[in-house]
Formats: sequence, structure tokens, C-alpha cells
Amino acid sequence: MIRTTVLAALLAFGMAGVGAAADAPTDPQIAHIAYTAGQIDVVAAEQAIKKSTNADIIAFATLMAADHKAVNDQALALVTKLGVTPEDNPTSQALSQAAADKLAELDKLDGAAFDKAYIANEVAYHATVNGALSSVLIPSAQNAEFKELLKTGLTLFTEHQHHAEMVAAKFQ
Amino acid sequence: MTALIKLALTGVLVAGTALAAMPAFAADYTIVIDKMKFGPVPAELHAGDTVIWQNNDIFRHSATARDKSFDVDLPAGTEVRMVVGAVGSLDFFCKFHPGMTGTLVIAP
Repeated sequence: MIRTTVLAALLAFGMAGVGAAADAPTDPQIAHIAYTAGQIDVVAAEQAIKKSTNADIIAFATLMAADHKAVNDQALALVTKLGVTPEDNPTSQALSQAAADKLAELDKLDGAAFDKAYIANEVAYHATVNGALSSVLIPSAQNAEFKELLKTGLTLFTEHQHHAEMVAAKFQ
Repeated sequence: MTALIKLALTGVLVAGTALAAMPAFAADYTIVIDKMKFGPVPAELHAGDTVIWQNNDIFRHSATARDKSFDVDLPAGTEVRMVVGAVGSLDFFCKFHPGMTGTLVIAP
């Protein structure tokens, strides 16, 4: 669901194929998308910490909250330094809407059903964000320092995806 | 050879022998962590040397031995000193980001 919505939003930017450079997102838009994506996972983590009693889920969620907050703090400091104002855009809006829907869906679940659904969504969510980072956001970023931060973010989120896959395997 | 030169040479010889007899001084080596990676590890590490784990990243990391012989917590922007004891090859990783790995090779 999130994957479909985000991909649709990226397509709306006209960034899906070769030759779409003219429609590529700007640095202010990329900053908004990256920050939104991080914040979504922080909120999802806070929900998991509140609802779950599973040690693996709580440990994973605690790490997600800390790591994504660290990246977002760094991103905020960087855009402030560069004088860039993050700009809202259809991709950020699609991400936020899909996340709100998923949050409401997960809120109805409890116990192992919640844990399983939360970690499955973390796997899918990180895969989607990583795909967007590597195929669209990083290649489109213009500022070298900003591009470097996005690359560090991709390395981090890829780690998170593998970590989520390992935790998810315990719920199969 | 004058007596003075002989005396000086004897002094150098004695000092050299004394230095050779002393155990090697323990050295400090820094391993920098940055951008989700462990930096290069020291090529010549000996038991008694100190490894300084320096976390320049914006994330909390750890330096954790696979054999559980050490587990160093490294909050963002911190450094921790660790004296290496055991001789051998020690694989380590970050327990928060297990894709981050490295190996310490410790000689006697």
C-alpha cells in the first residue's frame, strides 16, 4: 500500500524513467521527502514501543526512533546551514497519508498480531524508501554535502531493512 | 682512539643494550567510525596496546566482539579506550547495525 502510493507519487514527479532529469525533485523537495520519511518511522516506532511487549520489537523500534531522529536532526542542521527551506510536495503528502492509514490500521491490532504487522511494514517501508533514495532522491540531489547525507541515510536504512527482515523471520 | 671517545662509545653501547632489553612500549591506535563504517584497523596490534574507538557518526554504535570478549558502547560523538589482551584474530561488529564489521589481529 505504502509502496504503491509512494511509487505513484514519484511517477507524478515524472522521475520514473531515463530522460526525466528536467522533472527531478529539487533539493528543498528532497529534503522534505527525506525528513518526512524519517519522521514517519519515528512515529511508527513510538507506536510500537507503546503497544508491544515483545523484546525484539521494542529493541528494534527503539533503534529506529534513535537513528531516524539523528538523521533528521542532522538534515535540519544542514538545510539551515545551506539556507534551504524544505518544500512540501506530492511525494511527501502521499507518504504522510499512507503512513497515517497504516498507523490507524496497526492501532486496531494487539499482541503478536501487532508485532507481526509492524515488523512486516518496517521491511516493506524501508525497501520502498531505499528504492526511492537510490533511484531518484540521491541522483537528483545537487548539493554535495546534502547528497552525502542522503548516501549515509541509505546505508543506515539498508541496515534497518536487513535488521527488520531478521526480526520479521521470527514471526513467520 | 682517545679515552674520551672510548668512554662515549661505551656509554652508547650500554644505553643501546638497555633499550633492547626493555619490553616494547604499548601503543595507542585509533579506529574511527564514520558514515556507518569502521575505519581501517591497525596493521600491527600487540597485546597491551590500546585501541581508541572514536565514533564520529551521528548514530549510536558499538564495537562488539563475536566471541563476546568485549562489548564497547559508543554513543554518537564519543570515544572509548580499550586495552587489548588476548592474542589472536577477533571479529567484531556493531550490535545496532550488524552490517558494520571488522577484525582485530593481535600479536603477542
